[in-house]
Amino acid sequence: MPSISMTVNGKSVSGEVEGRTLLVQFLREDLGLTGTHVGCDTSQCGACVVHVNGESVKACTMLAASADGAEVATIEGMANADGSLGVIQQAFQDHHGLQCGFCTPGMVMSAADLLQKNKNPSEGEIREWLEGNICRCTGYHNIVKAIQAAAAAGA
Amino acid sequence: MPKDQGIGASSKRREDVRFLTGKGQYTDDINRPGQTYAYFLRSNVAHGKINGIDTSAAASAPGVVGIFTAKDLEAAGGVPCGWQVTDKHGEPMKEPKHPILAEGKVCHVGDPIAAVIAESLNQARDAAELIDLDIEELPPVIDMRAAISGGPTVHDEAPDNICFDWDFIADNKEAVDQAIAGAHHVTTLTLTNNRLVANAVEPRCAIGEYDAARDEHTLYTTSQNPHVIRLLMGAFVLSIPEHKLRVVAPDVGGGFGSKIYHYAEEAFVTWAAKAVGRPIKWTADRSESFMSDAQGRDHQTKVELALDENGKFLALRCETLANMGAYLSTFAPCVPTYLHGTLLSGNYTTPVIHTNVKAVFTNTVPVDAYRGAGRPEATFQLERTIDKAAREMGIDPVELRKRNFIAPDAFPYQTPVAVQYDTGNYGATMDKAVAMADLDSYAARKTASEAKGKRRGLGIASYIEACGIAPSSLVGALGARAGLYEAATVRVNPTGNVAVMTGSHSHGQGHETTFAQVVAEMLGCDEANVDIVHGDTAKIPFGMGTYGSRSIAVGGSAIVRSVEKIIEKGKKIAAHLMEAAEADVTFADGQFSVAGTDKSVDWGTVALTAYVPHNFPHETLEPGLEETSFYDPANFTYPAGAYICEVEVDADTGKVDIASFVAADDFGNVINPMIVEGQVHGGLTQGLGQALLENCVYDENGQLVSASLMDYAMPRADDMPSFGVDHSCQTPCTHNPLGVKGCGEAGAIGSPPALVNAVVDALSDLGVTHIDMPVSPGRVWAAIQAAQN
Amino acid sequence: MYSFDYVKPGSIDEAVAALQAEDAQALGGGQTLIPTLRQRLAQPSVLVDLGGCLDAGVASQDGGCRIGGGATHASVAASADAPKWLRAVADGIGDPQVRNRGTIGGSLANNDPASDYPAAVLGSGAEISTNARTIAADDYFQGMFETALNEGEIITGVTFPKLEAANYQKFDQPASRFALVGVFVGKGAGGVRVAVTGASESGVHRWADAEAALAGNFSTDAVPGAPSADGVISDLHGSAEYRAHLVAVLTRRAVAAAG
Repeated sequence: MPSISMTVNGKSVSGEVEGRTLLVQFLREDLGLTGTHVGCDTSQCGACVVHVNGESVKACTMLAASADGAEVATIEGMANADGSLGVIQQAFQDHHGLQCGFCTPGMVMSAADLLQKNKNPSEGEIREWLEGNICRCTGYHNIVKAIQAAAAAGA
Repeated sequence: MPKDQGIGASSKRREDVRFLTGKGQYTDDINRPGQTYAYFLRSNVAHGKINGIDTSAAASAPGVVGIFTAKDLEAAGGVPCGWQVTDKHGEPMKEPKHPILAEGKVCHVGDPIAAVIAESLNQARDAAELIDLDIEELPPVIDMRAAISGGPTVHDEAPDNICFDWDFIADNKEAVDQAIAGAHHVTTLTLTNNRLVANAVEPRCAIGEYDAARDEHTLYTTSQNPHVIRLLMGAFVLSIPEHKLRVVAPDVGGGFGSKIYHYAEEAFVTWAAKAVGRPIKWTADRSESFMSDAQGRDHQTKVELALDENGKFLALRCETLANMGAYLSTFAPCVPTYLHGTLLSGNYTTPVIHTNVKAVFTNTVPVDAYRGAGRPEATFQLERTIDKAAREMGIDPVELRKRNFIAPDAFPYQTPVAVQYDTGNYGATMDKAVAMADLDSYAARKTASEAKGKRRGLGIASYIEACGIAPSSLVGALGARAGLYEAATVRVNPTGNVAVMTGSHSHGQGHETTFAQVVAEMLGCDEANVDIVHGDTAKIPFGMGTYGSRSIAVGGSAIVRSVEKIIEKGKKIAAHLMEAAEADVTFADGQFSVAGTDKSVDWGTVALTAYVPHNFPHETLEPGLEETSFYDPANFTYPAGAYICEVEVDADTGKVDIASFVAADDFGNVINPMIVEGQVHGGLTQGLGQALLENCVYDENGQLVSASLMDYAMPRADDMPSFGVDHSCQTPCTHNPLGVKGCGEAGAIGSPPALVNAVVDALSDLGVTHIDMPVSPGRVWAAIQAAQN
Repeated sequence: MYSFDYVKPGSIDEAVAALQAEDAQALGGGQTLIPTLRQRLAQPSVLVDLGGCLDAGVASQDGGCRIGGGATHASVAASADAPKWLRAVADGIGDPQVRNRGTIGGSLANNDPASDYPAAVLGSGAEISTNARTIAADDYFQGMFETALNEGEIITGVTFPKLEAANYQKFDQPASRFALVGVFVGKGAGGVRVAVTGASESGVHRWADAEAALAGNFSTDAVPGAPSADGVISDLHGSAEYRAHLVAVLTRRAVAAAG
């Protein structure tokens, strides 16, 4: 059983995992960070998107052991220090960019990666970027609006 | 100026905070002390006889807690069907048993055969691979026409694979046949309404738990209606009385119909938690969802529409084969019948209508309601056929519809298919949509598309739906085995804040916000003082749940009724406090006042006094401030609207791009415009997904070809446009207290014909008259080839 | 997933040694392998994570470029050292999260019949370097999921030549977003090469008729009509005839876009 340690949302964590333990399982089951969700088994839906070393990845398509030593960020770490919603989170609420909420953590983490790479994305660029995130509720319309608003707010 | 509170305000959703911070609690986020994990061994063949199941090697595998097969569940009932259809001969539908685990035979790929419970999911799955199955494969039947034409039999109870053969309305048949025989013009269209998979992003999950000391069962489950699950599972499957069975549906990650039904896995974990004495969790992986969640649609229909020389509709005849799959899911029989036949009048004055529906068993996953359920199928038939008729007769498609719309002064309007529309104005939504779509400049857009080498097409569709699925008297007459009212308790706490226990279930619809807006409006209080509680049979008096766009129309009305009772009780208390006659007390803006005086008491005083009744006249005034209502409406509600789609087609590749889409809906009164618009966006995308991308496909052996998201094409952000939506054309419902109609399904109902009509329009000069959904690039290209050859 | 051991060697030599174990398997970015493992469609005894030993860099070289076997698609797409046509190929693979993890070495070792990099490698005439040797693209691809790699051989890098004109046209399979058909057209010192992915039951391949026609006349008019549909993949997303038709359409578009 590999011993792993990593930084998750700024805190050092460690654990013993099986080789086959996925990063998302380590987050949900070992660390109790259940905000990261699993919606599929073919790396399509994006409900599990987290950041590893600053890049968005699908936590269901990465072994926990491969993230040994990495800096991991999840939806639980996206709020402001005072607990208020971060800029992207607030934009999602303001623009009704979520309904059932299940895809939402992945959407927010994916959007955050987009906005760190492209400060002012066009609608088309946002839609293309979200290729790896499936939402069954919103029709994406308000997610796109929320990300545009977050960009305008300087996320 | 828009309101910032109450009815009509776009209040931000309070539930969003937990969802946006990762603090939602979905079923799979719950872990119970001592929890074990279930894995279902499922059939990998579509049809077979089980000759033996040897679990001995698996039983001794590491971590195994228990292994169960059908023989362990002999005392349990089958998974019940909640709706009975009587066929044209007066016989009840054929209703073969749907066992929790397969009994002697398997009927579809994914049929559960055995369940392994172990300390971890991996151990359960490892052990399941050691189960030795002896299954004798039988020839399967997948195609509906083959099934009713002497194909292999799925169930002995239905040798011809026909579950029921239904005529609606039988008495209309002769008149319809005559009108079609003598008509100036008859438009005929044969079409398929493609099979879909709901694919809520949260897979189904169930946790069973048993408290031996109290003899109490708890089921945590991904359900749209926990009380219905308690009723069906408790009464019909496991014989557990309601007071010993708690069903909790916490945050649920989308349903779209697929989480209405009672599923075998729910019954199994509830039963087995007692058998093994430990909590049991089962979570579907997506591949499992594809072969165990009830699927949607799958109709094949021939439509004939008779018209006179002016384009007036004279008669409509529809013949449909409806796939039930291998077993009858909870609501399956009502989808192609009462949710479909009753909508064939559409928005139109067609005087006589007849439909025949044959429901067919096949060796495929059961089919049941999916967003819209029956109404999308009816609308697609009508709106595609009207579009074809317009083209054949050389009449503008907007004009042809308008010539046949039910006039706004004709309501209430009795259709020839049983239902009576209470109100509507179909011309208004059509005019609105036409204005939104800017059709005056369409020709210029078409020219611009052609300059890019693309073909542009314009598609029009109207729709009407029967929503607020309820009236118990009506659905009872139509075969429902349950009532379809809704319940709500409103509890005013001593310091004046309010808890509302509703039988509706929110799994994305935002009830926690909208229901609070309704209550705050009525009580003149801040929305933040109102808490909405749902999803737990231990906390809520009763409920029939959320589906059929019924939550605000039925569940919201039940809340209104309870708040009205609260206000009446409050007036009694206020009258007592002010030493006035109850009849003289009025309530407005959170104040109880005596008419014609300056005497008043505020809400907080009345609430506190209700619980500190030191000098109540107890013979006439009880302490407390809590009221419960069961609301059973007089009729369905009838949202309607008009949708316009423009597409660009790349004829070289067959690729269709949605250039624009506008939707003008009449939902009656609107509680929260932001949420209503979000519901429309989502519905449109599911409808456009059906029309453009999604297809659940089996091969001839019954293997699911589109068995994962690698092959089942879900609409993504870059497949969809930004939408233009409008709900300003409002004819409020005449028979519920809020004047609301429901908005959840509209988009999925009206959008498929709008898109397909647009694609056909783009290709009509090549001779293309119809393309079945999904209008995938390969199909578009093939249709062009076929038309040109 | 079945149980397996996990190792992450610090050097290529250690990785090669670790891969000598029976049923050992190399793990690149894992974007295909991990879903495969989750479906229990593979049962390795040990996964050898190459993330700790492979070069992940992108460097310009003789007008072309050299890409480390561990370079992610995202890093290729973002690199100013890679030619524009290659960046576009990388940027069209999967989705952003797949591009952030998936590697060129993993993609080529897997040789999915609908993946993008094989078309770019074959169509550009690139060379694949392993721990043991260098393999020409024409020798490397040997059918669906089949390559010239020996057991335990690791792709350490890919060298793309300078091309005068090149373009890759991908037509998405709507669900997986792999190529329903993809065509790479490259014109360089070695002449014109046309490589097709997604279409053939034998995996990525060159379209000789188109190459011959384009060699003398590099224009859309020269592109032949659709190739034979024999041996072309047919599934729910498209018939063999449709895919064959797309091969010609996409070749024309690639020639037009290559300029």
